[in-house]
Amino acid sequence: MYNYKHYCKNLHKYIHIVDVCFFTVSQEQIKNLYQRFQQLSGNHEKISRDDLERIPALNNNPIRKQIITAFFDKRNQHQNDVGSLDEIGFEQFLMVMSHFRPVNSTATEEEKVTVRKQKLRFLFNMHDTDNDGIITLDEYRTVVEELLSQSGAIETEVARSIADAAMLEVASTNVHSPHSRPRMISMKESHLSILNRFRWINIFSMMSIRFLDMNSATMRCGKLSS
Amino acid sequence: MPSRTVSHGASGRLRGLFLVMVLVFLEGSVFTVAVASSDQHSPITAHSGSHKATDHGSHNNTGKAFPVLDLNYENVRVPFEISLWVLLASLMKLGFHLVPHLSNIVPESCLLIVVGLLVGGIIRGTGETVPPVLDSKLFFYILLPPIILDAGYFLPIRPFMENLGTILIFAVVGTLWNAFFVGGLLYGVCQIGTESSSILSRIGLLQCLLFGSIISAVDPVAVLAVFEEIHINELLHILVFGESLLNDAVTVVLYHLFEEFSGIGSVTLLKGFLGVISFFVVALGGVLVGVLYGILAAFTSRFTSHTRVIEPLFVFLYSYMAYLSAEIFHLSGIMALIACGAVMRPYVEANISHKSHTTIKYFLKMWSSVSETLIFIFLGVATVAGPHDWNWTFVTVTVILCLVARVIGVVGLTFIINKFRIVKLTTKDQFIIAYGGLRGAIAFSLGFLLNKEHFPEREIFLTAIITVIFFTVFVQGMTIKPLVELLAVKKKQEAKRSINEEIHTQFLDHLLTGIEDICGHYGHHHWKDKLNRFNKKYVKKCLIAGERSKEPQLIAFYHKMEMKQAIQLVESGGGIKMPSAVPSTVSMQNIQPRPSTKPAPERAIPQLSKNKEEEIRKILRTNLQRTRQRLRSYNRHTLVADPYEDGLSDLFLKKQKMFQIEKKLKEMNTYLTVPAPPPDSPTMCRARLASDPQAYSIKPASNKVPMIQVDLASPQSPDSVNLLDEFGQANQQEEEEQGLMMKPPSRPREAKKPSEEDEAKDQQRLMRCLSDPGPSADEDEDGAFLP
Repeated sequence: MYNYKHYCKNLHKYIHIVDVCFFTVSQEQIKNLYQRFQQLSGNHEKISRDDLERIPALNNNPIRKQIITAFFDKRNQHQNDVGSLDEIGFEQFLMVMSHFRPVNSTATEEEKVTVRKQKLRFLFNMHDTDNDGIITLDEYRTVVEELLSQSGAIETEVARSIADAAMLEVASTNVHSPHSRPRMISMKESHLSILNRFRWINIFSMMSIRFLDMNSATMRCGKLSS
Repeated sequence: MPSRTVSHGASGRLRGLFLVMVLVFLEGSVFTVAVASSDQHSPITAHSGSHKATDHGSHNNTGKAFPVLDLNYENVRVPFEISLWVLLASLMKLGFHLVPHLSNIVPESCLLIVVGLLVGGIIRGTGETVPPVLDSKLFFYILLPPIILDAGYFLPIRPFMENLGTILIFAVVGTLWNAFFVGGLLYGVCQIGTESSSILSRIGLLQCLLFGSIISAVDPVAVLAVFEEIHINELLHILVFGESLLNDAVTVVLYHLFEEFSGIGSVTLLKGFLGVISFFVVALGGVLVGVLYGILAAFTSRFTSHTRVIEPLFVFLYSYMAYLSAEIFHLSGIMALIACGAVMRPYVEANISHKSHTTIKYFLKMWSSVSETLIFIFLGVATVAGPHDWNWTFVTVTVILCLVARVIGVVGLTFIINKFRIVKLTTKDQFIIAYGGLRGAIAFSLGFLLNKEHFPEREIFLTAIITVIFFTVFVQGMTIKPLVELLAVKKKQEAKRSINEEIHTQFLDHLLTGIEDICGHYGHHHWKDKLNRFNKKYVKKCLIAGERSKEPQLIAFYHKMEMKQAIQLVESGGGIKMPSAVPSTVSMQNIQPRPSTKPAPERAIPQLSKNKEEEIRKILRTNLQRTRQRLRSYNRHTLVADPYEDGLSDLFLKKQKMFQIEKKLKEMNTYLTVPAPPPDSPTMCRARLASDPQAYSIKPASNKVPMIQVDLASPQSPDSVNLLDEFGQANQQEEEEQGLMMKPPSRPREAKKPSEEDEAKDQQRLMRCLSDPGPSADEDEDGAFLP
């Protein structure tokens, strides 16, 4: 069903990716992900955006474009590149997925902070669509509009006002800005301030997927284009 | 009376306390008189009865003049007594908060039990038998439902569902473990530890197991009472509390099972198997009954738009019926109640008026508070009432076994549960969960229900139950607060739910669902998403009236926040003082300003000269929306008619219409290019602000006053640079902001912007602020604004 030889050849590489970030997932799950990857790519080496867009379940998701983009975003590959790829291989796929791993309970505080930063960085990259390291009000507005896009006729005004209100809230509570000119922080959130903002998110519980439950039984094999 | 004394300082407080104590004793004595005059078992009854008879007799015989003052207590006895008890409970609640440090050290539940003991003692002291106040019927049908309904209606659904697995394991497996451990070991101790002739050795295994099942259930009333005061973090609170609610099913099944077995005297495997089946029936059946009634209630509330007054009644009635219906079939009434409240809440809240919502909230809180107080007082009285049979061995062994069983159970289960949890439970968490397993009045009532024939040792059981309850409530209840401080357990975050949180929660939900879909993995996000979509598509359409059914959750939440902020703004002084983090309070549609009976000086409403009135009217008429229709009957000194009752749905429709008229107003540039109107006197600004909730005074540009310019709807502006300056200033200012002000367009700004954009923005800003029913083109409503 999948390219076993290729998989075994690169297994050590995959484990390395996985180990780099305190992965609590086992080899079994890497295998499952590989299986899924092969499915998505039709047994090719790489998947493109179209492959992901063909997943039928994603149709109902209001932010599917952002999700798909996130997979092809170079910034999520832990290198300091900017821009987006056209196709990704399994390593990059795994790298993106690794953002969603649950954190090992034996991890130290620093490790937890690193993992938390990574997850937040991923989220940040999803919002920051123009790759400038800053979330502007417009980008935020896009987010809100996307979220509301599923519910029939959006009232663009309401969407905008919601986004504005949210930004206002951020700005009004963000009192310890390291910047000298206060005007810079309000509408444009830099990476630093966003970490402050999102401290209320229990990021560990919210942004983790239980890979433990994944096995071939729960994976929908072969139903890609149904 | 107490309120006045509080302000007079310590001596006043003592005085208040003294008065309260006097009242207590007064009532105690009145109550004893009441008891005396009516108690059937007391010998004095005969006297008073005959006394009364002779009185009447004498009246009849002597043909006396019409009795001007007559004593007839019999008729009002029962309601009178009930009212006395409730009054006592409420006064106690008042009294405890008058004593300065008492409520910090001792949890209220302990104090209430002590008061109950005192009252019981007084009654017994006067030679009367203490009435059996904690009658099981009274407890289960009257006192318990309000507390459970309050808990179920306001149950935080999200954390509950996220931790449902953990909660269920603690509730079901934990309670079973506790029951069998305590029951089994107790039997062993009774058989082995004592001489064969002692009373203990006659207690059979089934009786012990029944006792174990009664004593092992964590009590929601006690947990609520104690945990309310310690403010621990949400996770722990929902774990312990959820466990206490859900273990009712287990308790019900075990209780009936063992009771029946004890009656029959033999156990067969088939019966055991049926017992397991009945557990599922009881639990799921209870939930089903609750869901059914919840849907009925939601459906009914869809049609109540014309009779808003009885809306709360439907909520209460349907819930109570759910409880009673479940009890008919011996299903778990508590689970039915929780399911009913949780299911009906989102739909009912979308349908009912704001006032009904407040009514429901406050009634539930009031009833549950009174119930809780009464339960604890009655516990104290029932303790005095007895009958007791103190057996050292039994009682001490029970207490120790309960503690041990709880600790072992929690630790063992957590070990298993942590394998499946993403956020693991730490040792500290485990300790709090184990320590928070309080027993309460439910155990006592269940014990009280025991049949004397099947259980000759009923008194021993009751004594032991009461001892365990006392131990957990007093010792554990009092020490849990300092322990929480000592262990530095995470406390509840006081942050209010903000719009940011809502956006990001939804975003993350969709993100994780998408990732799961990409993985091809049917995780719980996938199912949650499916449920949400089903809910949106079908259920909401049936159960929510009118336009609200199509409103996406984010928008509904946003509007709710807006209302709340707006009401807050108005209540805090008509917009002069602004709460610290105010996003968009500008669409204050339906605010009811406080009646101007408040003597605050800033709300002093001056007399406006005719000229100024005209001026104001002219400006506002052209710049503002045609919202004055609503204020037609406006009078500065009276309340604005509450537009809530007209239905929020209309508002949102009108909001949509508003934006269609945008373009029309754009043409009206004349007033926008005119420089700011002559700065009005501050009093006039305030008058306008105070009188019209939707007015924003055009404040004279003054550099000293920090302003927050709210630019919330600027469809044309590419960037809201304006906000930056103001926020910069606002951030630099340490003092409180002075409220939302609209700046006249001519105010010099740091950002360079083309002036038309400014105008357009201002105009839209103004429009947005006063959002509301679509402005009509005609400008005739002259007298609408100020009288």
